[in-house]
Amino acid sequence: MRFVDEFRDADKAHALAAKIAALCEPGRQYKLMEVCGGHTHTIYKHGLEDYLPESITLVHGPGCPVCVIPMGRVDDAMHLAAQPDVIMTSFGDMMRVPGSNGSFFDAKAAGTDIRMVYSPLDSLKIARQNPDKRVVFMAIGFETTAPSTAMTVLRASAQGLDNFSVFCNHVTIIPAIKAILDSPDLRLDGFLGPGHVSTVIGCRPYEFIAAEYGKPVVVAGFEPLDILQSVYMLMLQLAQGRSEVENQYTRVVPWDGNVVALQAIGEVMELRPYFEWRGLGFISHSALRMRPDYSAFDAELLFSVPGVRVADPKACQCGEVLKGVLKPWECKVFGTACTPETPIGTCMVSPEGACAAYYNYGRMSRQRVKEVTRS
Amino acid sequence: MTTGRLGEPTTRDSGAGAAASAPWVREALHDHDHDDHPSDASRDAAGPDDASPAGSRRQLPLADREQQVLDRIDRARSRRPKIKEERITMSHGAGGKATQTLIEAVFLEAFRNPLLEPLEDAARLHVNGSRVALTTDSYVVSPLFFPGGNIGDLAVNGTVNDLSVAGAVPLYLSAGFILEEGFPVADLNRIVASMKSAAAAAGVQVVTGDTKVVEKGKADGCYINTAGVGIIEHGPILGVASARPGDAVLVSGPIGDHGVTIMLARGELDIEADVISDTAPLNGLVAGLLAAAPGVRALRDATRGGVATILNEIARAAGVCVVAREDDIPVRAEVRGASELLGIDPMYVACEGRVVVVVDGDQAGAALAALRAHPLGEQASVIGHIAADPQGIVLLKTAFGGTRIVDLLVGDPLPRIC
Repeated sequence: MRFVDEFRDADKAHALAAKIAALCEPGRQYKLMEVCGGHTHTIYKHGLEDYLPESITLVHGPGCPVCVIPMGRVDDAMHLAAQPDVIMTSFGDMMRVPGSNGSFFDAKAAGTDIRMVYSPLDSLKIARQNPDKRVVFMAIGFETTAPSTAMTVLRASAQGLDNFSVFCNHVTIIPAIKAILDSPDLRLDGFLGPGHVSTVIGCRPYEFIAAEYGKPVVVAGFEPLDILQSVYMLMLQLAQGRSEVENQYTRVVPWDGNVVALQAIGEVMELRPYFEWRGLGFISHSALRMRPDYSAFDAELLFSVPGVRVADPKACQCGEVLKGVLKPWECKVFGTACTPETPIGTCMVSPEGACAAYYNYGRMSRQRVKEVTRS
Repeated sequence: MTTGRLGEPTTRDSGAGAAASAPWVREALHDHDHDDHPSDASRDAAGPDDASPAGSRRQLPLADREQQVLDRIDRARSRRPKIKEERITMSHGAGGKATQTLIEAVFLEAFRNPLLEPLEDAARLHVNGSRVALTTDSYVVSPLFFPGGNIGDLAVNGTVNDLSVAGAVPLYLSAGFILEEGFPVADLNRIVASMKSAAAAAGVQVVTGDTKVVEKGKADGCYINTAGVGIIEHGPILGVASARPGDAVLVSGPIGDHGVTIMLARGELDIEADVISDTAPLNGLVAGLLAAAPGVRALRDATRGGVATILNEIARAAGVCVVAREDDIPVRAEVRGASELLGIDPMYVACEGRVVVVVDGDQAGAALAALRAHPLGEQASVIGHIAADPQGIVLLKTAFGGTRIVDLLVGDPLPRIC
């Protein structure tokens, strides 16, 4: 299949793997963080780690939109959904995220009107079809999905719809990366930059990582060869003692981003002073809310939202997993109390969550895989 | 975890045992705390209140510690399933892990008997010296009419196939209709006409039936239940539990056609692809296969949950490892393309006219030739083999050249959001 198979070519992968291995300094351990959950998913789904030498560890980062939503916000959303005449609309990934009293799926099974949509525009359609209902869109995601929410609000405004609103949970990636860089827990050698976020924000925002922290960044695509090539580009920078921002995903990511999309976000949304991230805690200027001009579409103002902060179950170590400090299997409840069927932490819910990806695709040590595939 | 700062919202603790957490979270954590084994060195060393996550487990090499955790997960997975939800959710009908749990924890628990226990597609009964297969299936597909078929031929073919993969010659079907008030008679006529021709094609007769009508809004147009009986004339007892190392695994044609057709036919996705349902009766294909390859050990039609679910059932029931090669699994370009767009894996998408075959490795060639000799099996392929270890696991050698496991699906296939 065109545009897919050429990025999954095993021969090219073997060639790249040999070049990567040749760049490893003997005795040195490399830790590279893939910021985006989409990368984590690709890595496990295609068994990409089989191509990497033992000395390179891929550390899974915080870029999973569902994973970083704190429990209190889920509870707030459940509260909104339970209001009279409300139809809550949400992306599928969000449906199984547990709040302190179950998930959207559980509430739906109990009779709450919660509908899965593929685009915020679908929510708008539902609002038009149900003029006597109040339709709320559960907006989540990084800069990747924020423009579509913004465009939807602009369209709702242009159409004069008064029964549509957004529960805005959009977050921004740079403050999260900065929090990880400032965290004392982790020593990283470089970053695979998030490809889809970068289609919107471009590559410039990462320049401080290379300049101030001395860590190379390669913005990477989502096919397995994209990731392998990006690992090679990072290793080459490290071998040559460079720390720069490079763009591997040039077929999609413009260096300066998507100006129209950024304008749409800027028109409709503004930065919050702070926002809680699951596991990472409160991070300043790390999330978006609706601008006052669009308060008519802001569910947080139209309804009363409890806004209570709910701590994760103590046993859950999503925070450490999101920061890359723990590998999924190192969490104490991984795979026993916390499984994809009954997730305790968000990392086990989304297919982009490191725990779900590891549980569903990678639940076998690299050593064991080698033993089995050899026989 | 995070400590609150001045001026931040108040905090409620949902920690283990706190009133705020959902009941199943408390239960899961309780099971977890009481399930660990005293011999588990890593946990003993870490101590019950180990606060430093990676801290005190340093005495074992990383890979060994990982293996230890994975072994513990295997033990947790082999525990008797329990329903943790308080209500039925859509996941319980999706054919994946939740469906399996529901069947084992509720239905098998209540009805347990040696004939039911294998949980095959059809029960095998001895009646007056004859071997008889009995099966039943309900059909609630939406939309009722879709490219390549409708609920009518689906209801006939599905039951014919459940009998066929039990090694039986399908003979008689029942048909029960649950109709919603207001349902057009013209549509019902179309559906019944399709059933008639599907039955004729499969060589079966519909010999008994039932009709119920419910108030508008209490059903979605038309639901159909069919049951079927067939005679097992000869051959070995087929069952996924009899797979053994060295066997070959085949599939009779491209996978995922039906599921993708239905998803696109709902019209919610604004994707168009030239793909039609593969609904078809498999009795002719299976008869040819069994005649040519007596070493067939198991047959399954890959309906809900797709081929991945069948492979997991084989691995689990027989206590073996199924090793599949992604490159050898036939998937139409249209189905692959739509699946890529939707973020779903064709391995989990339903087929309605494809059979997964486990056959003695020595007869893989004969089985493949027999499948390909039938019009419904022209694109049959050997997709993998059975290995001894690791037990209960399905491994996939990816087209990219890596290796990963293929697990049972959790819930409905949820498209990724970015």
